[in-house]
Amino acid sequence: MLKYLLAGTAFGIILVKAELVSWFRIQEMFRLQSFHLYGIIGSAVLTGMLSIWLIKKFGIRTIGGEKINIPDKKFNKGNIYGGLIFGLGWALTGACPGPLLAQAGGGATVIAVTLLSAIAGTWVYGRFREKLPH
Amino acid sequence: MEQLSAMLRQPWPWYVAGPLIGLTVPLLLIIGNKTFGISSSLRHVCAACMPARIPFFNYNWKQEKWNLVFALGILLGGFIAMEFLRDSTAVTVHPHLVKELAGYGIQDYSSLVPNDLFTWSQLLTPRGLIMMVGGGFLVGFGTRYAGGCTSGHAIMGLSSLQWPSLVATCCFMIGGFIMANLILPVILSL
Repeated sequence: MLKYLLAGTAFGIILVKAELVSWFRIQEMFRLQSFHLYGIIGSAVLTGMLSIWLIKKFGIRTIGGEKINIPDKKFNKGNIYGGLIFGLGWALTGACPGPLLAQAGGGATVIAVTLLSAIAGTWVYGRFREKLPH
Repeated sequence: MEQLSAMLRQPWPWYVAGPLIGLTVPLLLIIGNKTFGISSSLRHVCAACMPARIPFFNYNWKQEKWNLVFALGILLGGFIAMEFLRDSTAVTVHPHLVKELAGYGIQDYSSLVPNDLFTWSQLLTPRGLIMMVGGGFLVGFGTRYAGGCTSGHAIMGLSSLQWPSLVATCCFMIGGFIMANLILPVILSL
């Protein structure tokens, strides 16, 4: 489990130092006033793509020797409706789930309330899942 | 050494931070065959703390403990970055944004989250309540409904060429544009 803790820690440090946790930076992105976050997301995706291509090409295995397996995501209408709803929340809080955690850890204690509210949102989704269009 | 420390303290440019974030994808695959995603941790918390016989929360969340440990790591990373790699200068943003926000009385750029918006004393104002409690709810509800967030869909999903993730990512952006440009101005004037 320690390896996941360390991976998360590194990720959290990157989020803060890249200013991906900044509400101001998110506002800039959604007003097309800065390239910064587009550059980050774009280069992150390209790096991820290249890595997965290399993993497949050379049949790279896990450190435990397992074959690497990436499950396919199946499309449903939730990708659209949920995506739009999350987008609204992202611009409002200026943070997606990762940055919320980093903000709270970084000393913005009030963000604990936002996190609890996000957990409540997830719970309400689970409770009414069958009634929602998918 | 001092130079390195000074470099680490500055905000990192996109071409450094982006690839590092991208490398989280192969890192998690190689260390444990795990697919990168953060919002699932919110579901695991629900499953662990208040499953309430809801089928969506009745699964063996303990098998997904790694995801909660990863989330805990992010919290710790936030602490380390603020405690030891802190940059004393304020975040610099586009002058148009500075001017727009000044119109709503938002002028303090010095801290991790805007001091004029995200504080305990703001929490019980209409504006603060909508932004912190309402915003958090939309993030939690929306990510689960969409089946992932920026990490699971935009980074992991696009990296592994999943087209539903492309749809979701486009919708994240559309929702964000609508909020930032059309709805947020109304909320900020409250």
